[in-house]
Amino acid sequence: MEALRRHKSMFLLPGLLTLALIIIFPLLFTIRVSFSGWNVSNPQLDFIGGANYTAMLHDSRFWASIMRLVLLAGGTVLIQYVIGFGMALLVWREARGRRLWRVLFLVPMMTTPVVMAAIWQMIFHESLGPVNDLLGMLGLSKVPWLTESGPALVALMTVEVWQWTPFMFLLLLAGLLSLPKEPFMAAAIDGAGPWRTFRKVTFPLMAPVSVAAIIIRLIEASKLSDSVYVLTSGGPGSSTETPGYYLYIQGLRDQQTGYSGAMSLTYLVLMIVTLTVAAALLARAFKLKGDS
Amino acid sequence: MRNSSYKGVVAAAIVVALTATACTGQGPVENKPDKPALFKPGSEISYSKYSKSYPKTKVRDVPGPCSYESISRKDYSGQTLKIISHAIPVIGEPTQLHAEQFEEITGAKVEVINVPFGELHQKILTPLQAGQPAYDVMFYPSLWVGDMAPHLAPVPKKYLDTPGMKDVTKAYMDVATWDGKVVQYPVDGDRHYLKVRTDVLGDPKRQAAYKAATGKDLRTPRTWAEYQEVAAFFSGKDVDGDGKPNFGSAEVTKRDDLTFSAFISRAAPYVKHPDVGGGLFFDLETMEPLINTPGFVRALEDMVKAKSTWAPGGANFGLGDEILSFGGGQSVMSYSWDDAFIQGQQPDGTIRNKIGAAPLPGSDEAYNRTTKAWDKKPNQAPYFTWGWTSAVAKAARNQDMAFDYLCFFSNEANTALDLTIGRFGVNPYRKAHFDAKFWERQGWEKDVAESYVHTLSGMESSTNRVFDLRVPGVNGYMSALANGVAAALAGQQAPQRALDDVAAEWERITDRIGKDKVRTAYRHVVALEDN
Repeated sequence: MEALRRHKSMFLLPGLLTLALIIIFPLLFTIRVSFSGWNVSNPQLDFIGGANYTAMLHDSRFWASIMRLVLLAGGTVLIQYVIGFGMALLVWREARGRRLWRVLFLVPMMTTPVVMAAIWQMIFHESLGPVNDLLGMLGLSKVPWLTESGPALVALMTVEVWQWTPFMFLLLLAGLLSLPKEPFMAAAIDGAGPWRTFRKVTFPLMAPVSVAAIIIRLIEASKLSDSVYVLTSGGPGSSTETPGYYLYIQGLRDQQTGYSGAMSLTYLVLMIVTLTVAAALLARAFKLKGDS
Repeated sequence: MRNSSYKGVVAAAIVVALTATACTGQGPVENKPDKPALFKPGSEISYSKYSKSYPKTKVRDVPGPCSYESISRKDYSGQTLKIISHAIPVIGEPTQLHAEQFEEITGAKVEVINVPFGELHQKILTPLQAGQPAYDVMFYPSLWVGDMAPHLAPVPKKYLDTPGMKDVTKAYMDVATWDGKVVQYPVDGDRHYLKVRTDVLGDPKRQAAYKAATGKDLRTPRTWAEYQEVAAFFSGKDVDGDGKPNFGSAEVTKRDDLTFSAFISRAAPYVKHPDVGGGLFFDLETMEPLINTPGFVRALEDMVKAKSTWAPGGANFGLGDEILSFGGGQSVMSYSWDDAFIQGQQPDGTIRNKIGAAPLPGSDEAYNRTTKAWDKKPNQAPYFTWGWTSAVAKAARNQDMAFDYLCFFSNEANTALDLTIGRFGVNPYRKAHFDAKFWERQGWEKDVAESYVHTLSGMESSTNRVFDLRVPGVNGYMSALANGVAAALAGQQAPQRALDDVAAEWERITDRIGKDKVRTAYRHVVALEDN
């Protein structure tokens, strides 16, 4: 029996080896690199203690990029959730042309983020872009979308919402389609209107899917860098720089390998902690709403 | 059975490993004897058969070791040359074109990898540092020499003695030299200079209007203060009569798109004091950054002020935008590399022969960092900014073939044609290129051609030159500088505060790389500047 159990555990080996190769080894290696002075002119794994971490603590650009990401991710995911839920509700019931709507809603998500960002860069172009043309027609002054800090952040959020709302829509629609019919029939018999049915039945029943969708999107949003690269290159100044883009600059472009290793590990830990807390808070919030 | 197959796998693995080791560990190759030439001396050369987009211009093959005739005698059949270059078109396109020609006439197989600018440094340096012969020939920006030099093969004497190499100007031989050895093969020459719309600045009506508005004569700006006044005067005015407003200045301002070079142009006359040597970016003795000293701060204050003279989106202009803004007639002035001027002179251009070149604006005073005071005297400091260069890796298996490719790439016939194709990114770097007649043959009017060659050749005689920070880790330094400049332009920080942050970052980078290592490299730059 013991031999059989041992024999069975051998089947786990390939999976464990794969895991070790693609996750554990790179992670351990990154930890080692983060304590080295590896840089563009010193490709060595020499040990320099916590110097990279000390430098990182004083790197205001890194911390500002994290705070910016919290704002960007929190803001865009909330907007995506609201719009995505609305869209899912629209095509949930037997609406006319439902299939066509579903396909159309998914198009932005299917487009490569870099291509999408390039298109939006043209849309937001200060003198040739249709957004400013439209504002001009309405008698409003042109907005420097990509050359002023505030508008650039708005532009970036717009692209994120445009690109990823369909993903939220897809998850929430799947959730809606899997809901049982009985609670809705009971609500109808009780004479509940659409809004009351949504508040008391649909929304509480969708709580688990909502939490999952929001967390998945927050995880994805925490990696935001490709659209930043194309749309603003982190500018103007560093006002749209995200941790992902800053890590690219430090690690790949300037080849400060040791330093970027320290930053990426710190960022990883921060994200794990933040997202775990966010998941717990979201679950509690939705649960409370459900109970009420 | 199982045992024998296991042994077979191990044996095969050993064979593969030994073969791989043998392949990478081979010594230099034996070259075949010369074959009959495919070209007669002085043959007519044209690019027209390679693409419809190339001009039908014909030039004569100039006799010499790098000519079509000489290189076509070489027999490199059965050998492979690996080249890494920038993305097409800038330098990447001529790399591809000359590779195709080199294949045709020598029988070599040439593999060209084109890489976007942001990835070029890493793609070249990583295999070099690992001792891998990934590429035989590399095209890259000349300011990376501090990172590259340890891995480069010095240019052999027989190539240094070619007529083409002898004709390279002193400044560009200096750029190609590191620690007394020529390690970079000159294929391009770059500097920043001023470009102006002569049809606008030379128009009597506009001159009168300018005099009435400012009390000053309208002329090509000689200082950055004048540049600002002229740019501000024309911003928003329709100088072409096409119903669209024009703007005063087009500048490279996008953070990660060469803004650092634009800023150095603006800072040069304030910070390069003709009587003060020993470093521009650092104090050579202490390696203390000077980037936050008053001269640099003044330049950044000027640049922030200039925002009002830029076209919409001008605060996010990359080099391509600057080229099109001036070259397309939108902006009245600009300063940077040659490309905007060449773009303006394109045969179908709206401002062809309506433009002029001039030295970069100077200043009425220069900051003296030894006395910590401004010295009131006119100052000019030409900026020999980085351009494209090329080199052969020490690890290249067939260095003769690699250097033959570069000598062919830059032979007189090829260069004459490459100079006329704006998108190629090849700009004058030989004395022969400073001949106004050559440009007049391209359809340039005499005064345009003369302003161009006099501006370019005039820089050569300067004793107050500015070069790039050619030290290990230069990308990190320039990235930090660009970030500071961008922060000030975006209004995130005051210029002094922004440059204080840059100085602090530079100190951190120097500590990471090693003060002595950076100082040793910087000594070469200071030697160029204190000529």
